[in-house]
Amino acid sequence: MAFSQAEVLAGLAEIVNDETGIATESVQLEKSFTDDLDIDSISMMTIVVNAEDKFGVKIPDEEVKNLITVGDAVNFIVSAQG
Amino acid sequence: MTQPVLNQYDVVKYSRIYALGAARGDLTVTNDDIAGPIDSSDEWIRQRTGIVTRKRASKDLSLMDMAVDASNQAIKAAGIDPQEIGAVIFSTITHPFQTPSAAALLADKIGANPAPAYDVSAACAGYCYGIAQADALVRSGMAKYVLVVGGEKLTDFIDPTDRSISFLLGDGAGAAIVGPSDFPGISPTVWGSDGSHWDAVSMTSSLLDFRDGSAAWPTLRQEGQTVFRWAVWEMAKTARKALEVAGVEPEQLSALVTHQANIRIIDELAKQLKLPESVVVARDIVTTGNTSAASIPLAMHALLESGEVKSGGLALEIGFGAGLAFGAQVVVLP
Repeated sequence: MAFSQAEVLAGLAEIVNDETGIATESVQLEKSFTDDLDIDSISMMTIVVNAEDKFGVKIPDEEVKNLITVGDAVNFIVSAQG
Repeated sequence: MTQPVLNQYDVVKYSRIYALGAARGDLTVTNDDIAGPIDSSDEWIRQRTGIVTRKRASKDLSLMDMAVDASNQAIKAAGIDPQEIGAVIFSTITHPFQTPSAAALLADKIGANPAPAYDVSAACAGYCYGIAQADALVRSGMAKYVLVVGGEKLTDFIDPTDRSISFLLGDGAGAAIVGPSDFPGISPTVWGSDGSHWDAVSMTSSLLDFRDGSAAWPTLRQEGQTVFRWAVWEMAKTARKALEVAGVEPEQLSALVTHQANIRIIDELAKQLKLPESVVVARDIVTTGNTSAASIPLAMHALLESGEVKSGGLALEIGFGAGLAFGAQVVVLP
């Protein structure tokens, strides 16, 4: 069963919270991972790998640099689901 | 005329590491010393890498000087005659001659001439590759003792303005004597390579481009995110496989000694392996930096010297880096 956009956002917020301690309610679609949430490249990769596990998708290394905002990541994950 | 029956080597059942030696660069370089050209700060470097200071070699301290120092320490601690060394394996990516090998000169300088001697180019996996070969040479009967050295003077191949890898790097050499044993001291090695990521850790250009004037002096670069993902999640699989083939449970380890790439990789890898707190995780990177092939023997030597781990305990050592090459084995601490 595919995850909805709201479910992916909620799941991603939990992953971000686990990795960085950032409150889940701060993880909003328009927020930039680096500029707003101050997430560095290594934490970003940990979030990506955990998101792959959680949502059953593949996020290639070359795609990670295009995931500027939380919304970019949510949309990529939603569309990458089988 | 009858066909003669050939002699072959008599095999030896077990091997182990007898002793280690360690030599680090003579300069202590702080984050503030190198932060300017990369527009960074002590705090930024500590947070992203765990490095507080790194050891680097001054112009007059060569790769060979450090390798000889570490090797002589290991030979002395092992209590062997260097003439009993049946092979010298030097893992390095920073020997500044295409040929002859660094190993042949090292063998002569430490009194092991005419032992067979050769270099291994497996970057940060080089020491584990060397231990794998030493184990095979000893147990096959080809060599009584093997000297394995992981040594680098990486600062000859860095760019002070590079933000991908140069600021992590340090200089040093670690040495191990491997020989015959009454008990199993080196597990089967899990090793390999993945050339599909040949560019993930590499040089800015080839020496030919430099000769032709089309490129600057080649220096190291890495694709940090690609390497981080591989070094943690793929290497966790390799580490688990190494434990499995060794017949060792994680809680039976005394220490995890990974290649000292970056504290974030070391900590995340330890987390993935779900190691109990009783397992000491080597973090020599904090004061030594990333010394590529030298980092595992330097880190293990430091743990033994400080008394954090004891001789006879089990350590999982895992090296990973450019190639991408990787190697892991469980060893009994010397």
